[in-house]
Amino acid sequence: MSAVAPQASPTPIAARAPQRVDAWWVRPVLTVIVLAAFVVYATWAGMQNAYYWADPYLSPFYSPCLAANCAHSDVALFGDWWKWSPAILILWAPGGFRLTCYYYRKAYYRAFVWAPPACAVPDARAKYYGESRFPLILQNVHRYFFYLSIPILVFLWWDAFRAFRFADGFGMGVGTLVLLANAALLSLYTLSCHSCRHVCGGGVDRFSKHPTRYRLWKRLTVLNERHSQIAWVSLFGVALTDLYVRLVAMGTIHDLRLF
Amino acid sequence: MARVAKLRIWRGDASGGQLHDYDVPWEEGMVLLDVLHVLQATQAGDLAVRWNCKAGKCGSCSAEVNGKPRLMCMTRMSSLDTTQPITVAPMKTFPVMRDLVTDVSFNFEMAKRVPAFKPPPRPPDGKYRMMQEDIDRVQEFHKCIECFLCQDVCHVIRDHPENKKVFAGPRFFVRYAALEMHPLDTNDRRELLKEQMGLGMCNITKCCTEVCPEGIKITDNAIIPLKERVVDEFFDPVRWVWSKVTGGGSKEG
Ligand code: SF4
Ligand code: SF4
Ligand code: FES
Ligand code: FES
Repeated sequence: MSAVAPQASPTPIAARAPQRVDAWWVRPVLTVIVLAAFVVYATWAGMQNAYYWADPYLSPFYSPCLAANCAHSDVALFGDWWKWSPAILILWAPGGFRLTCYYYRKAYYRAFVWAPPACAVPDARAKYYGESRFPLILQNVHRYFFYLSIPILVFLWWDAFRAFRFADGFGMGVGTLVLLANAALLSLYTLSCHSCRHVCGGGVDRFSKHPTRYRLWKRLTVLNERHSQIAWVSLFGVALTDLYVRLVAMGTIHDLRLF
Repeated sequence: MARVAKLRIWRGDASGGQLHDYDVPWEEGMVLLDVLHVLQATQAGDLAVRWNCKAGKCGSCSAEVNGKPRLMCMTRMSSLDTTQPITVAPMKTFPVMRDLVTDVSFNFEMAKRVPAFKPPPRPPDGKYRMMQEDIDRVQEFHKCIECFLCQDVCHVIRDHPENKKVFAGPRFFVRYAALEMHPLDTNDRRELLKEQMGLGMCNITKCCTEVCPEGIKITDNAIIPLKERVVDEFFDPVRWVWSKVTGGGSKEG
Protein backbone atom coordinates (compact mmCIF):
# COMPACT_ATOMS: atom_id res chain seq x y z
CA MET A 1 0.00 0.00 0.00
CA SER A 2 1.22 3.47 -0.72
CA ALA A 3 -0.79 6.50 0.28
CA VAL A 4 0.05 9.62 -1.68
CA ALA A 5 2.20 12.09 0.17
CA PRO A 6 0.11 14.06 2.68
CA GLN A 7 -0.79 17.45 1.34
CA ALA A 8 -0.21 20.70 3.14
CA SER A 9 -3.88 21.57 3.10
CA PRO A 10 -6.88 19.28 2.57
CA THR A 11 -8.36 19.05 -0.93
CA PRO A 12 -11.27 21.50 -1.17
CA ILE A 13 -14.61 19.72 -1.50
CA ALA A 14 -15.26 21.26 -4.90
CA ALA A 15 -12.04 19.81 -6.26
CA ARG A 16 -12.73 16.32 -5.06
CA ALA A 17 -14.12 14.99 -8.32
CA PRO A 18 -11.18 13.97 -10.49
CA GLN A 19 -11.63 14.86 -14.14
CA ARG A 20 -12.47 12.37 -16.82
CA VAL A 21 -9.36 11.04 -18.48
CA ASP A 22 -10.94 9.74 -21.69
CA ALA A 23 -11.11 11.75 -24.90
CA TRP A 24 -14.43 13.45 -24.06
CA TRP A 25 -13.47 16.47 -26.16
CA VAL A 26 -13.60 14.60 -29.48
CA ARG A 27 -17.36 14.85 -29.84
CA PRO A 28 -17.70 18.59 -29.14
CA VAL A 29 -14.80 19.31 -31.50
CA LEU A 30 -16.41 17.27 -34.30
CA THR A 31 -19.76 18.94 -33.65
CA VAL A 32 -18.22 22.40 -33.89
CA ILE A 33 -16.47 21.53 -37.14
CA VAL A 34 -19.49 19.97 -38.85
CA LEU A 35 -22.08 22.50 -37.69
CA ALA A 36 -19.85 25.48 -38.44
CA ALA A 37 -19.04 24.09 -41.88
CA PHE A 38 -22.73 23.60 -42.60
CA VAL A 39 -23.71 27.10 -41.47
CA VAL A 40 -20.92 28.66 -43.53
CA TYR A 41 -21.82 26.63 -46.62
CA ALA A 42 -25.58 27.21 -46.30
CA THR A 43 -25.09 30.96 -45.80
CA TRP A 44 -22.73 31.17 -48.76
CA ALA A 45 -24.99 29.09 -50.99
CA GLY A 46 -28.08 31.02 -49.90
CA MET A 47 -26.45 34.36 -50.73
CA GLN A 48 -25.19 33.30 -54.16
CA ASN A 49 -28.53 33.91 -55.87
CA ALA A 50 -27.23 31.83 -58.78
CA TYR A 51 -26.77 28.21 -59.87
CA TYR A 52 -29.69 26.89 -57.83
CA TRP A 53 -31.73 25.71 -60.79
CA ALA A 54 -30.46 23.11 -63.23
CA ASP A 55 -33.54 22.20 -65.20
CA PRO A 56 -35.46 20.21 -63.85
CA TYR A 57 -33.66 20.33 -60.51
CA LEU A 58 -34.18 23.00 -57.86
CA SER A 59 -31.82 23.33 -54.89
CA PRO A 60 -33.61 22.72 -51.56
CA PHE A 61 -32.07 25.93 -50.20
CA TYR A 62 -34.22 27.84 -52.68
CA SER A 63 -37.40 25.82 -52.35
CA PRO A 64 -40.12 26.93 -52.44
CA CYS A 65 -38.90 29.84 -54.52
CA LEU A 66 -41.19 32.70 -53.52
CA ALA A 67 -39.93 35.69 -55.51
CA ALA A 68 -40.56 36.89 -59.04
CA ASN A 69 -36.80 37.01 -59.64
CA CYS A 70 -36.47 33.23 -59.18
CA ALA A 71 -34.84 31.20 -61.89
CA HIS A 72 -37.78 28.90 -61.41
CA SER A 73 -40.54 30.46 -59.36
CA ASP A 74 -43.03 28.30 -57.42
CA VAL A 75 -45.36 30.98 -56.10
CA ALA A 76 -44.23 34.55 -56.68
CA LEU A 77 -45.44 35.99 -53.38
CA PHE A 78 -42.76 38.64 -53.65
CA GLY A 79 -42.81 40.87 -56.73
CA ASP A 80 -40.07 42.47 -58.79
CA TRP A 81 -39.18 44.76 -55.91
CA TRP A 82 -37.47 41.81 -54.22
CA LYS A 83 -33.93 42.16 -55.56
CA TRP A 84 -32.07 39.84 -53.24
CA SER A 85 -31.52 36.12 -53.10
CA PRO A 86 -34.87 34.28 -52.88
CA ALA A 87 -33.22 31.82 -50.48
CA ILE A 88 -33.44 34.51 -47.78
CA LEU A 89 -37.25 34.31 -48.00
CA ILE A 90 -37.30 30.64 -47.07
CA LEU A 91 -34.08 29.52 -45.37
CA TRP A 92 -35.06 31.08 -42.03
CA ALA A 93 -37.83 28.50 -41.62
CA PRO A 94 -35.79 25.27 -41.88
CA GLY A 95 -32.94 27.13 -40.18
CA GLY A 96 -35.19 28.01 -37.24
CA PHE A 97 -36.53 24.46 -37.16
CA ARG A 98 -33.01 23.09 -36.74
CA LEU A 99 -31.89 25.88 -34.41
CA THR A 100 -34.73 25.16 -31.97
CA CYS A 101 -34.63 21.37 -32.45
CA TYR A 102 -34.28 19.52 -29.16
CA TYR A 103 -31.44 17.47 -30.57
CA TYR A 104 -29.43 20.32 -32.06
CA ARG A 105 -29.94 22.25 -28.85
CA LYS A 106 -28.17 19.44 -27.05
CA ALA A 107 -25.42 19.40 -29.67
CA TYR A 108 -24.67 23.10 -29.66
CA TYR A 109 -25.15 23.69 -25.95
CA ARG A 110 -22.48 21.10 -25.45
CA ALA A 111 -20.14 21.97 -28.28
CA PHE A 112 -20.42 25.74 -28.56
CA VAL A 113 -21.70 26.91 -25.17
CA TRP A 114 -19.93 24.27 -23.08
CA ALA A 115 -22.93 23.89 -20.83
CA PRO A 116 -21.56 21.26 -20.27
CA PRO A 117 -18.94 20.28 -22.92
CA ALA A 118 -19.37 16.61 -21.91
CA CYS A 119 -20.98 14.76 -19.03
CA ALA A 120 -19.31 15.37 -15.67
CA VAL A 121 -16.96 17.88 -17.27
CA PRO A 122 -17.46 21.29 -15.65
CA ASP A 123 -19.74 23.80 -17.25
CA ALA A 124 -17.94 26.88 -18.58
CA ARG A 125 -20.20 29.51 -17.02
CA ALA A 126 -20.38 30.86 -13.49
CA LYS A 127 -24.15 31.53 -13.61
CA TYR A 128 -26.66 29.27 -15.26
CA TYR A 129 -30.36 29.65 -16.04
CA GLY A 130 -30.74 27.22 -18.89
CA GLU A 131 -33.85 27.77 -20.96
CA SER A 132 -35.82 29.35 -18.15
CA ARG A 133 -35.18 32.98 -19.18
CA PHE A 134 -34.94 35.23 -22.21
CA PRO A 135 -33.49 34.59 -24.77
CA LEU A 136 -33.36 30.80 -24.52
CA ILE A 137 -36.94 30.60 -23.28
CA LEU A 138 -37.81 31.33 -26.92
CA GLN A 139 -36.78 27.74 -27.76
CA ASN A 140 -40.34 26.93 -26.75
CA VAL A 141 -41.54 28.11 -30.18
CA HIS A 142 -40.10 24.93 -31.69
CA ARG A 143 -43.49 23.40 -32.50
CA TYR A 144 -44.36 26.38 -34.69
CA PHE A 145 -41.28 25.71 -36.79
CA PHE A 146 -42.46 22.12 -36.99
CA TYR A 147 -45.82 23.29 -38.35
CA LEU A 148 -44.03 25.54 -40.86
CA SER A 149 -41.84 22.74 -42.08
CA ILE A 150 -44.81 20.69 -43.27
CA PRO A 151 -45.76 22.91 -46.26
CA ILE A 152 -42.06 23.18 -47.09
CA LEU A 153 -41.87 19.39 -47.25
CA VAL A 154 -44.78 19.39 -49.68
CA PHE A 155 -42.77 21.66 -51.95
CA LEU A 156 -39.67 19.49 -51.64
CA TRP A 157 -41.65 16.42 -52.72
CA TRP A 158 -43.11 18.48 -55.54
CA ASP A 159 -39.55 19.41 -56.59
CA ALA A 160 -38.58 15.75 -56.49
CA PHE A 161 -41.48 14.72 -58.72
CA ARG A 162 -40.82 17.62 -61.03
CA ALA A 163 -37.27 16.30 -61.34
CA PHE A 164 -38.74 13.55 -63.57
CA ARG A 165 -39.91 16.15 -66.11
CA PHE A 166 -37.12 16.94 -68.53
CA ALA A 167 -37.32 19.27 -71.51
CA ASP A 168 -37.60 16.19 -73.74
CA GLY A 169 -40.23 14.50 -71.59
CA PHE A 170 -40.37 12.01 -68.72
CA GLY A 171 -37.04 10.72 -67.51
CA MET A 172 -34.78 10.19 -64.59
CA GLY A 173 -31.32 11.44 -63.82
CA VAL A 174 -29.00 11.06 -60.87
CA GLY A 175 -30.30 14.47 -59.76
CA THR A 176 -33.83 13.02 -59.59
CA LEU A 177 -32.59 10.40 -57.14
CA VAL A 178 -30.71 13.03 -55.18
CA LEU A 179 -33.84 15.18 -54.84
CA LEU A 180 -35.95 12.17 -53.88
CA ALA A 181 -33.45 11.09 -51.23
CA ASN A 182 -33.32 14.62 -49.86
CA ALA A 183 -37.10 14.89 -49.61
CA ALA A 184 -37.24 11.49 -47.89
CA LEU A 185 -34.52 12.38 -45.38
CA LEU A 186 -36.09 15.73 -44.54
CA SER A 187 -39.46 14.03 -44.12
CA LEU A 188 -37.92 11.54 -41.70
CA TYR A 189 -36.28 14.39 -39.81
CA THR A 190 -39.58 16.25 -39.52
CA LEU A 191 -41.59 13.18 -38.54
CA SER A 192 -39.07 12.17 -35.88
CA CYS A 193 -39.31 15.60 -34.21
CA HIS A 194 -40.20 15.62 -30.52
CA SER A 195 -42.87 18.28 -31.00
CA CYS A 196 -44.42 16.16 -33.75
CA ARG A 197 -44.46 13.17 -31.41
CA HIS A 198 -46.12 15.29 -28.74
CA VAL A 199 -48.83 16.95 -30.82
CA CYS A 200 -49.67 13.74 -32.67
CA GLY A 201 -50.26 11.74 -29.51
CA GLY A 202 -47.71 12.24 -26.74
CA GLY A 203 -49.87 14.83 -25.00
CA VAL A 204 -52.66 12.31 -24.48
CA ASP A 205 -52.91 10.56 -21.10
CA ARG A 206 -55.50 7.94 -21.96
CA PHE A 207 -54.39 6.35 -25.20
CA SER A 208 -57.27 3.89 -25.10
CA LYS A 209 -59.64 6.77 -25.74
CA HIS A 210 -57.64 7.92 -28.79
CA PRO A 211 -56.66 4.77 -30.70
CA THR A 212 -55.59 6.56 -33.89
CA ARG A 213 -53.37 9.00 -32.09
CA TYR A 214 -51.98 6.14 -30.04
CA ARG A 215 -50.99 4.21 -33.16
CA LEU A 216 -49.49 7.32 -34.67
CA TRP A 217 -47.54 8.05 -31.47
CA LYS A 218 -46.15 4.52 -31.41
CA ARG A 219 -44.91 4.75 -34.99
CA LEU A 220 -43.46 8.22 -34.49
CA THR A 221 -41.71 7.01 -31.34
CA VAL A 222 -39.76 4.49 -33.42
CA LEU A 223 -38.55 7.35 -35.62
CA ASN A 224 -38.05 9.68 -32.69
CA GLU A 225 -35.58 7.23 -31.12
CA ARG A 226 -33.36 7.82 -34.16
CA HIS A 227 -33.87 11.56 -34.35
CA SER A 228 -30.24 12.46 -33.68
CA GLN A 229 -28.88 10.18 -36.40
CA ILE A 230 -31.53 11.40 -38.85
CA ALA A 231 -30.65 14.98 -37.93
CA TRP A 232 -27.04 14.49 -39.03
CA VAL A 233 -27.77 12.46 -42.13
CA SER A 234 -30.42 14.88 -43.36
CA LEU A 235 -28.11 17.82 -42.66
CA PHE A 236 -25.44 16.31 -44.89
CA GLY A 237 -28.15 15.34 -47.36
CA VAL A 238 -29.53 18.80 -47.85
CA ALA A 239 -26.07 20.38 -48.24
CA LEU A 240 -24.98 17.73 -50.73
CA THR A 241 -28.22 18.14 -52.69
CA ASP A 242 -27.58 21.85 -53.04
CA LEU A 243 -23.98 21.12 -54.00
CA TYR A 244 -25.08 18.63 -56.65
CA VAL A 245 -27.59 21.01 -58.25
CA ARG A 246 -25.06 23.83 -58.02
CA LEU A 247 -22.30 21.87 -59.74
CA VAL A 248 -24.67 20.73 -62.50
CA ALA A 249 -25.94 24.31 -62.97
CA MET A 250 -22.38 25.59 -63.14
CA GLY A 251 -21.51 22.97 -65.70
CA THR A 252 -18.77 21.56 -63.47
CA ILE A 253 -20.34 18.10 -63.53
CA HIS A 254 -22.74 16.54 -65.95
CA ASP A 255 -26.00 15.04 -64.68
CA LEU A 256 -26.16 11.40 -65.70
CA ARG A 257 -29.51 10.55 -67.34
CA LEU A 258 -30.64 7.09 -66.30
CA PHE A 259 -33.43 6.97 -68.86
CA MET B 1 -4.43 -15.41 -11.96
CA ALA B 2 -4.43 -12.50 -9.56
CA ARG B 3 -3.65 -9.13 -11.02
CA VAL B 4 -3.05 -5.91 -9.20
CA ALA B 5 -5.17 -2.82 -9.70
CA LYS B 6 -3.93 0.60 -8.76
CA LEU B 7 -6.83 2.25 -7.01
CA ARG B 8 -6.78 5.94 -6.31
CA ILE B 9 -9.53 6.58 -3.81
CA TRP B 10 -10.80 9.85 -2.44
CA ARG B 11 -10.80 9.68 1.33
CA GLY B 12 -11.91 12.37 3.69
CA ASP B 13 -14.96 13.98 5.19
CA ALA B 14 -16.88 17.26 5.15
CA SER B 15 -13.78 19.19 6.12
CA GLY B 16 -11.76 17.97 3.14
CA GLY B 17 -9.82 15.01 1.89
CA GLN B 18 -7.43 13.70 -0.71
CA LEU B 19 -6.75 10.84 -3.08
CA HIS B 20 -5.01 7.79 -1.63
CA ASP B 21 -3.26 5.15 -3.71
CA TYR B 22 -3.69 1.45 -3.03
CA ASP B 23 -2.50 -1.65 -4.89
CA VAL B 24 -5.24 -4.27 -4.67
CA PRO B 25 -5.23 -7.76 -6.19
CA TRP B 26 -8.23 -8.68 -8.35
CA GLU B 27 -9.41 -11.67 -10.34
CA GLU B 28 -11.33 -12.26 -13.51
CA GLY B 29 -15.07 -11.72 -13.03
CA MET B 30 -14.76 -9.12 -10.29
CA VAL B 31 -16.55 -5.80 -10.32
CA LEU B 32 -15.07 -2.65 -8.85
CA LEU B 33 -17.14 -3.00 -5.69
CA ASP B 34 -15.57 -6.46 -5.09
CA VAL B 35 -12.13 -4.92 -5.29
CA LEU B 36 -13.13 -2.24 -2.78
CA HIS B 37 -14.30 -5.00 -0.47
CA VAL B 38 -10.92 -6.71 -0.82
CA LEU B 39 -9.31 -3.40 0.02
CA GLN B 40 -11.58 -2.97 3.03
CA ALA B 41 -10.80 -6.48 4.25
CA THR B 42 -7.03 -6.26 3.81
CA GLN B 43 -5.73 -2.71 3.91
CA ALA B 44 -8.33 -0.10 4.76
CA GLY B 45 -10.80 -1.46 7.28
CA ASP B 46 -12.18 1.99 7.93
CA LEU B 47 -13.02 2.80 4.28
CA ALA B 48 -16.61 4.05 4.11
CA VAL B 49 -18.54 2.75 1.12
CA ARG B 50 -22.28 2.30 0.79
CA TRP B 51 -23.65 -0.80 -0.91
CA ASN B 52 -26.40 -3.32 -0.52
CA CYS B 53 -27.43 -5.61 -3.34
CA LYS B 54 -24.34 -5.91 -5.54
CA ALA B 55 -26.78 -6.47 -8.38
CA GLY B 56 -27.46 -2.98 -9.70
CA LYS B 57 -30.86 -2.83 -8.08
CA CYS B 58 -30.61 -0.99 -4.77
CA GLY B 59 -28.97 2.17 -6.08
CA SER B 60 -26.57 2.46 -3.12
CA CYS B 61 -23.09 2.13 -4.63
CA SER B 62 -23.08 5.24 -6.83
CA ALA B 63 -19.68 6.90 -7.19
CA GLU B 64 -17.46 8.52 -9.79
CA VAL B 65 -15.10 6.13 -11.48
CA ASN B 66 -12.39 7.82 -13.53
CA GLY B 67 -14.52 10.94 -13.36
CA LYS B 68 -17.73 9.28 -14.61
CA PRO B 69 -20.77 8.72 -12.39
CA ARG B 70 -21.66 5.02 -12.24
CA LEU B 71 -22.63 2.09 -10.03
CA MET B 72 -19.54 0.39 -8.65
CA CYS B 73 -21.25 -2.99 -8.53
CA MET B 74 -22.01 -2.80 -12.24
CA THR B 75 -18.51 -1.74 -13.24
CA ARG B 76 -16.60 -4.82 -14.33
CA MET B 77 -12.88 -4.63 -13.74
CA SER B 78 -12.37 -6.00 -17.24
CA SER B 79 -14.13 -2.92 -18.63
CA LEU B 80 -11.55 -0.60 -17.07
CA ASP B 81 -8.01 0.09 -18.21
CA THR B 82 -6.19 -1.62 -15.33
CA THR B 83 -2.78 -0.58 -16.60
CA GLN B 84 -3.63 2.91 -15.38
CA PRO B 85 -4.66 4.03 -11.89
CA ILE B 86 -8.44 3.84 -11.38
CA THR B 87 -9.84 6.85 -9.61
CA VAL B 88 -12.85 6.39 -7.35
CA ALA B 89 -14.45 9.45 -5.79
CA PRO B 90 -17.75 10.20 -4.05
CA MET B 91 -20.58 11.81 -6.04
CA LYS B 92 -19.65 15.43 -6.48
CA THR B 93 -23.11 16.97 -6.34
CA PHE B 94 -23.89 15.88 -2.78
CA PRO B 95 -22.10 16.73 0.47
CA VAL B 96 -19.57 14.12 1.58
CA MET B 97 -20.20 12.29 4.83
CA ARG B 98 -17.08 10.14 4.73
CA ASP B 99 -14.92 8.69 1.96
CA LEU B 100 -17.26 7.45 -0.78
CA VAL B 101 -20.45 8.04 1.17
CA THR B 102 -22.46 11.18 0.43
CA ASP B 103 -25.51 12.76 2.00
CA VAL B 104 -28.23 12.47 -0.64
CA SER B 105 -31.02 14.03 1.44
CA PHE B 106 -31.48 16.78 -1.18
CA ASN B 107 -33.30 14.12 -3.16
CA PHE B 108 -35.58 13.18 -0.30
CA GLU B 109 -36.53 16.83 0.12
CA MET B 110 -37.36 17.07 -3.58
CA ALA B 111 -39.39 13.86 -3.34
CA LYS B 112 -41.55 15.42 -0.62
CA ARG B 113 -42.42 18.30 -2.92
CA VAL B 114 -43.91 16.13 -5.66
CA PRO B 115 -47.72 16.54 -5.52
CA ALA B 116 -49.14 13.10 -4.93
CA PHE B 117 -51.14 10.93 -7.30
CA LYS B 118 -54.75 12.15 -7.26
CA PRO B 119 -57.30 9.79 -8.80
CA PRO B 120 -60.84 10.92 -9.65
CA PRO B 121 -63.76 9.86 -7.42
CA ARG B 122 -64.45 6.14 -7.70
CA PRO B 123 -66.99 5.07 -10.29
CA PRO B 124 -70.31 3.66 -8.93
CA ASP B 125 -69.01 0.08 -8.85
CA GLY B 126 -65.99 1.23 -6.83
CA LYS B 127 -63.46 -0.02 -9.35
CA TYR B 128 -60.90 2.03 -11.23
CA ARG B 129 -60.19 0.86 -14.74
CA MET B 130 -57.13 1.38 -16.90
CA MET B 131 -56.27 -0.15 -20.23
CA GLN B 132 -52.88 -1.73 -20.77
CA GLU B 133 -51.90 0.78 -23.45
CA ASP B 134 -52.65 3.62 -21.03
CA ILE B 135 -50.02 2.52 -18.54
CA ASP B 136 -47.41 0.92 -20.79
CA ARG B 137 -45.59 4.20 -21.24
CA VAL B 138 -45.08 4.92 -17.53
CA GLN B 139 -43.64 1.46 -16.76
CA GLU B 140 -40.26 2.68 -17.95
CA PHE B 141 -40.27 5.37 -15.28
CA HIS B 142 -41.03 2.88 -12.54
CA LYS B 143 -37.73 1.11 -13.19
CA CYS B 144 -35.87 3.90 -11.38
CA ILE B 145 -33.69 2.51 -8.56
CA GLU B 146 -32.97 5.94 -7.05
CA CYS B 147 -29.23 5.70 -7.47
CA PHE B 148 -29.22 9.48 -8.05
CA LEU B 149 -26.48 9.20 -10.64
CA CYS B 150 -28.60 11.36 -12.92
CA GLN B 151 -28.90 13.99 -10.21
CA ASP B 152 -25.16 13.78 -9.66
CA VAL B 153 -24.21 14.26 -13.30
CA CYS B 154 -26.70 17.02 -14.05
CA HIS B 155 -24.66 20.18 -14.57
CA VAL B 156 -27.57 22.37 -13.43
CA ILE B 157 -26.81 21.45 -9.82
CA ARG B 158 -23.42 19.76 -10.17
CA ASP B 159 -21.70 22.93 -11.33
CA HIS B 160 -24.20 25.40 -9.87
CA PRO B 161 -25.15 24.25 -6.36
CA GLU B 162 -27.18 27.42 -5.81
CA ASN B 163 -29.76 25.94 -8.23
CA LYS B 164 -30.59 23.16 -5.77
CA LYS B 165 -33.27 25.41 -4.31
CA VAL B 166 -35.07 25.72 -7.62
CA PHE B 167 -34.39 22.50 -9.52
CA ALA B 168 -35.98 19.12 -8.94
CA GLY B 169 -33.51 17.26 -11.17
CA PRO B 170 -33.87 14.47 -13.70
CA ARG B 171 -34.81 11.73 -11.23
CA PHE B 172 -37.82 13.78 -10.20
CA PHE B 173 -38.72 14.80 -13.73
CA VAL B 174 -39.06 11.07 -14.27
CA ARG B 175 -41.39 10.93 -11.29
CA TYR B 176 -43.38 13.95 -12.49
CA ALA B 177 -43.69 12.43 -15.95
CA ALA B 178 -44.97 9.15 -14.50
CA LEU B 179 -47.69 11.05 -12.66
CA GLU B 180 -48.55 13.56 -15.39
CA MET B 181 -48.96 10.79 -17.97
CA HIS B 182 -50.89 8.52 -15.64
CA PRO B 183 -54.36 7.81 -17.04
CA LEU B 184 -56.04 8.21 -13.65
CA ASP B 185 -54.19 11.20 -12.26
CA THR B 186 -56.10 14.48 -12.10
CA ASN B 187 -53.42 16.79 -10.70
CA ASP B 188 -51.87 19.37 -13.01
CA ARG B 189 -48.22 19.93 -12.11
CA ARG B 190 -47.23 21.97 -15.14
CA GLU B 191 -47.14 25.36 -13.46
CA LEU B 192 -45.19 23.93 -10.53
CA LEU B 193 -42.70 22.37 -12.94
CA LYS B 194 -42.23 25.63 -14.78
CA GLU B 195 -42.18 27.99 -11.81
CA GLN B 196 -40.60 26.06 -8.96
CA MET B 197 -39.09 22.81 -10.18
CA GLY B 198 -36.79 24.35 -12.78
CA LEU B 199 -37.89 22.31 -15.79
CA GLY B 200 -36.77 25.23 -17.96
CA MET B 201 -33.27 25.05 -16.51
CA CYS B 202 -32.69 21.67 -18.07
CA ASN B 203 -31.03 22.27 -21.42
CA ILE B 204 -31.68 18.70 -22.60
CA THR B 205 -27.99 17.87 -22.90
CA LYS B 206 -28.83 14.28 -21.93
CA CYS B 207 -26.12 13.47 -19.40
CA CYS B 208 -28.78 12.05 -17.10
CA THR B 209 -29.80 9.63 -19.85
CA GLU B 210 -26.16 8.68 -20.46
CA VAL B 211 -25.54 7.61 -16.87
CA CYS B 212 -28.86 5.98 -15.95
CA PRO B 213 -28.07 2.34 -15.09
CA GLU B 214 -31.67 1.37 -15.76
CA GLY B 215 -31.47 2.76 -19.28
CA ILE B 216 -34.42 5.08 -18.71
CA LYS B 217 -34.61 7.54 -21.61
CA ILE B 218 -34.93 10.36 -19.11
CA THR B 219 -34.53 13.25 -21.53
CA ASP B 220 -36.47 11.91 -24.51
CA ASN B 221 -39.32 10.21 -22.69
CA ALA B 222 -39.75 12.25 -19.52
CA ILE B 223 -38.18 15.71 -19.75
CA ILE B 224 -38.94 16.67 -23.36
CA PRO B 225 -42.57 15.47 -23.14
CA LEU B 226 -42.93 17.49 -19.92
CA LYS B 227 -41.45 20.52 -21.65
CA GLU B 228 -43.97 20.06 -24.46
CA ARG B 229 -46.78 19.86 -21.92
CA VAL B 230 -45.57 23.11 -20.36
CA VAL B 231 -45.55 24.66 -23.85
CA ASP B 232 -49.20 23.55 -24.26
CA GLU B 233 -50.13 25.57 -21.21
CA PHE B 234 -47.80 28.58 -21.34
CA PHE B 235 -46.15 29.10 -24.72
CA ASP B 236 -48.63 28.11 -27.39
CA PRO B 237 -50.94 31.06 -28.21
CA VAL B 238 -52.98 29.10 -30.75
CA ARG B 239 -53.71 26.35 -28.28
CA TRP B 240 -54.52 28.99 -25.66
CA VAL B 241 -57.09 30.67 -27.93
CA TRP B 242 -58.51 27.28 -28.86
CA SER B 243 -58.88 26.25 -25.22
CA LYS B 244 -60.68 29.53 -24.49
CA VAL B 245 -63.04 29.00 -27.43
CA THR B 246 -63.82 25.39 -26.56
CA GLY B 247 -63.52 25.91 -22.78
CA GLY B 248 -61.57 22.66 -22.62
CA GLY B 249 -58.24 23.81 -21.11
CA SER B 250 -54.86 22.97 -22.57
CA LYS B 251 -54.51 19.56 -20.95
CA GLU B 252 -55.44 16.53 -23.01
CA GLY B 253 -57.37 13.65 -21.54
S1 SF4 C 1 -30.78 16.58 -19.77
FE1 SF4 C 1 -31.45 18.16 -18.32
S2 SF4 C 1 -31.86 17.08 -16.43
FE2 SF4 C 1 -30.65 15.70 -17.72
S3 SF4 C 1 -28.55 16.07 -17.07
FE3 SF4 C 1 -28.94 17.42 -18.81
S4 SF4 C 1 -29.63 19.37 -17.93
FE4 SF4 C 1 -29.76 17.81 -16.31
S1 SF4 D 1 -33.55 7.82 -13.24
FE1 SF4 D 1 -31.89 6.34 -13.57
S2 SF4 D 1 -30.03 7.46 -12.95
FE2 SF4 D 1 -31.76 8.58 -12.13
S3 SF4 D 1 -32.02 7.84 -10.06
FE3 SF4 D 1 -33.38 6.62 -11.36
S4 SF4 D 1 -32.18 4.84 -11.98
FE4 SF4 D 1 -30.73 6.33 -11.13
S1 FES E 1 -36.78 18.83 -35.12
FE1 FES E 1 -35.51 17.99 -33.60
S2 FES E 1 -36.89 17.90 -31.98
FE2 FES E 1 -38.11 18.86 -33.43
S1 FES F 1 -24.86 -2.36 -4.53
FE1 FES F 1 -26.95 -2.17 -5.10
S2 FES F 1 -26.80 -1.04 -6.92
FE2 FES F 1 -24.73 -1.43 -6.47
